[in-house]
Amino acid sequence: MDGFAMGGYGAYVWSCVALTLVIVVFSEWRSRLRHKRVYRDIEVRLKALEDRE
Amino acid sequence: MWKWFHQLASPPHFYRLSAILSPWLAIPGLILIVYGAWQGLFVVPMDYQQGDAFRIIYVHVPAAYLSLMAYMIMAGAGAIGLIWRIKLAHAVAAAAAPLGAAFTFLALATGSIWGRPMWGTWWEWGDPRMMSELILLFLYFGYMALRSAIDDTAKADKASAVLALVGIVNVVVVHFSVEWWSSLHQGQTVFKKGTMDADMKAALLVMLLGFTLLFGSMLLRRIRTEVLHRERRTRWVREMILSPEGGA
Repeated sequence: MDGFAMGGYGAYVWSCVALTLVIVVFSEWRSRLRHKRVYRDIEVRLKALEDRE
Repeated sequence: MWKWFHQLASPPHFYRLSAILSPWLAIPGLILIVYGAWQGLFVVPMDYQQGDAFRIIYVHVPAAYLSLMAYMIMAGAGAIGLIWRIKLAHAVAAAAAPLGAAFTFLALATGSIWGRPMWGTWWEWGDPRMMSELILLFLYFGYMALRSAIDDTAKADKASAVLALVGIVNVVVVHFSVEWWSSLHQGQTVFKKGTMDADMKAALLVMLLGFTLLFGSMLLRRIRTEVLHRERRTRWVREMILSPEGGA
């Protein structure tokens, strides 16, 4: 447990680690979400075009 | 070489290549980050002045370094797009901006959290390093706002590339601020001899390399999306999406 207490600085150190994790994961999740959305939008538009033809 | 460069700049080629490359950067990057974090947080000795609070360096320095690197990529790609009119370069610049903003915010936040126990304050308005890093965040916001305010992609590319190039001055200021002015922020440590214990530095270098690889992977993914969006009316996108295998 001492390792996690960080000599009384645990709250500062672990909040920085947690924040890094949150920002990296959130950024990657947003990126994947946008890719899926862009891909789906193109797919829907192309399928509609194909049906019309 | 020139032929290879041209082939790389071709959107369909880049789209396929980036899908292959991205995991090859992410996996070693994550392994290095886990190893570096383990070393930095639990194995290396604590600092004789800052105690264990110094371990924040293992997330703060990579974030600060990536905040500057992302800007250099954004401005460099913008310049390439302006000079050689390579479409892919503008996609790279547009994709680098949100990542750069995220890492700049992270550098500011972790720096602020580190400052509280060490300097007795969350924020110091007169500190040149903090203020220039904050200006960097505003430059990223300005860049993204400018892009989204202009509907014409070609015009948005040009205007935002000019803004990114002007903002390079601030990157130089961020880097040298601790040498040019008296600052609460400590001076250069990573590449200066005798400023850091060898084990501490080794763990930090592992983290820097790990974060760089992860950043590369994240950037490639974002460029892919940007390319797909920009090329949505082209034949290769149509063929890829309507093919039985799809293209994701």
